[in-house]
Amino acid sequence: MKKLARGAALAVLAGTVATACAPGTAKTATSADKQTGTVKVWLYDEANRAPKEQVVAQAVADFKAKHAGVEVEVSYIPTDAGPRAEKMKGAFNDPSSAPDVVEFGNTDLFGYTASGGLADITSDLAGWEEGKDLPQDLKDTAVVDGKTYGLPWWLGVRALYYRTDVFTELGLQAPTSYAELKSAAEKVRAAHGDLLGIAVGGKYTFGALPFVWADGGDLATASGSAYTSAIDSAQSQAGVKAYTDLFTDAICPAQQCADLTGGKTVESFAAGKAGMAILPNSSRSAVEAGAAAGKYAIVPLPGAEAGKIAPAFSGGNDLGVMKSTQHRSLAVDFMKELASKKNQLALFDAMGNLPTLSSARAEVVQKQPWLKPFTDTIEAGTKFVPKDAAWAKIDAQNVVPTMLQKVITGKSDVAGATKEAAAAMNTSFSGK
Amino acid sequence: MPATTVTARADQGDSPVRPAGGAPAGARRRTGPLARIPVPLWLLLPAALVLIPLFGYPLYQLGLLSVLKFGQPQASGGVPTEFVGLSNYTDVLGDEQFWTVLGQTLAFAAFCVLTTLAVGATCAVLLTRVGKWPRLMLMFGALGAWAAPAMTGSTVWMFLLDTNSGLVNEVLGTQGHNWMYDKWSAFAMVAVVVVWHSFPFVMITLYAGIQAIPDSVLEAARLDGAGTVTIFRRIMLPMLRPLLVIVVIQSVIWDFKVFTQIYVMTGGGGIAGQNLVLNVYAYQKAFVAENYSLGAAIGVLMTLILLGVTAIYIRSLRRSGEEL
Repeated sequence: MKKLARGAALAVLAGTVATACAPGTAKTATSADKQTGTVKVWLYDEANRAPKEQVVAQAVADFKAKHAGVEVEVSYIPTDAGPRAEKMKGAFNDPSSAPDVVEFGNTDLFGYTASGGLADITSDLAGWEEGKDLPQDLKDTAVVDGKTYGLPWWLGVRALYYRTDVFTELGLQAPTSYAELKSAAEKVRAAHGDLLGIAVGGKYTFGALPFVWADGGDLATASGSAYTSAIDSAQSQAGVKAYTDLFTDAICPAQQCADLTGGKTVESFAAGKAGMAILPNSSRSAVEAGAAAGKYAIVPLPGAEAGKIAPAFSGGNDLGVMKSTQHRSLAVDFMKELASKKNQLALFDAMGNLPTLSSARAEVVQKQPWLKPFTDTIEAGTKFVPKDAAWAKIDAQNVVPTMLQKVITGKSDVAGATKEAAAAMNTSFSGK
Repeated sequence: MPATTVTARADQGDSPVRPAGGAPAGARRRTGPLARIPVPLWLLLPAALVLIPLFGYPLYQLGLLSVLKFGQPQASGGVPTEFVGLSNYTDVLGDEQFWTVLGQTLAFAAFCVLTTLAVGATCAVLLTRVGKWPRLMLMFGALGAWAAPAMTGSTVWMFLLDTNSGLVNEVLGTQGHNWMYDKWSAFAMVAVVVVWHSFPFVMITLYAGIQAIPDSVLEAARLDGAGTVTIFRRIMLPMLRPLLVIVVIQSVIWDFKVFTQIYVMTGGGGIAGQNLVLNVYAYQKAFVAENYSLGAAIGVLMTLILLGVTAIYIRSLRRSGEEL
């Protein structure tokens, strides 16, 4: 008994000692406001970087003209969930090698905020003249506990790109329902063995989610601020089945498609290797630069029933300032420069990224008829991922891709794979 | 025998520093409390100076992390860390995936070790039998593979194995075949690259060992009527044993800890995580799932497993009367 008590005492002591000298905790990021030096910027390395680089280079030149003695150093970071999460965590843990301004997916904001990585920019945005034009619902996507941590920079929704030359040759119409989509894909591949019927990917979460939403399913349901996964509900399972049913030898062979990411489907369609693909408006420039240029059209992704549009993920990227920045006001200024109406319009011309500023968006929608399927999709209603810090973790751990891949490779059935994914999500939601 | 022993020592790059020419014990007696510390402890001091900061401190931190709740909010978000005892360990050991991954790791490492040894030994023997030019070519080729960084090597092999435009599929006429799709096919491809990277070490070490066996010994054996097989089993193998010990331990440790090749070639663990090995699994838990303490617990378990394997191996050698 005595021994046991001594053991317990030792354990408690060890615990106290252990917590007293916790390892590797970054000093609570202390920011500074130097007026000279180098502003470091991290932007996403999109499928087509050259046009983006041009816009950014111009923005940097404009910024430097206004701020003498300031350098801007732009780096491009990977866009895939795993690698970009690693990069950002590195920046949070080591403020000395962190950038000042970052671009990030609007879904990442909640995780980054919980990690204490982003600076509160509420007051900076309040005083921004051009920003008055930013719609409130967009601003709200960057708010946690009443504080703003991100500046919505551009929007991206996905729609169905298809090859007009192939469709005309085979006498096919643009699909208006899931059944038509599937049969068109089969016909394309039957006639052209070197084309994928539709380029879909086992790692393409945002290509799969519209199918889940179209069948009335969802990733998770919220009660209060707590989320519970709903990916194993009957509706969600139907959606997962609809998506994974496209991975057959007659459409998109599992051997080739099981580990494709969204970016790879862009490359595949742009290279003229696929009859259809589910791509965002921001990928149009990549398609225009590839073999499929001039031989494609875009329609909203059809839903489960004829004539309905599958709800798209309302994607987009934000700009933010790191909490650890040493050039706070310069960083804010550069962020505003990148997000100015002029640069949002330039970015649209270069990449096809939809502007977030209302006036800029109205302008481009009027000028560019190819945007119609995307604006139609937005009007039909979009969906979002759970607004919870756990989502970044779920995304980085590839919970949804693993689920899809298990079904695609036949390692598990839809029911089993979705149950497993739901359990993994709930573990993250419960903060374990 | 003496010749072999010398070679073996020369190859033990990792053995602790042995201070040479130390003053004989008792030559200089000191007074005061320091005098009570026996001389051998003093002699360990230089090694300790290097080992404690470089190995002891990180190991201590690893152990410490593994009994805390330490994720991204604790690392950078200012959330206080919390002592959770062994709950990280019970989480890991209670996770079905851990056991699957452990099994895969052991099988994969065993396969790689055996293949590396077989390929390395065969090439070493080959080196002693062929002429000057073939020997130089083989040496250069092997050294090239050895010198290639794991990252570069894996990436280049992935180009060769590419589903649609890789050279391998081009030559075999199997375009569209994804070598990384099937679990065992993917493991096999990674194993090829791991062996490719590590056989040169085995080859060169054993080649040096074989070269160091005095001709007179072999000649005497032959005169006594021993055949090639007998010479190999009774003469060469025992003389190479100290080298084989090093080579086996090194290979076990390397192959058990394989990371880069799996991570790069299977994109972080393969389709639906089918190709995870312990090191990549720990990385996924620690850095991807932001659960640093859980990753640390896996790291501690890995260290214990490796120490166990090495201890058993050395002990069995001691029993059979060989000195390491």
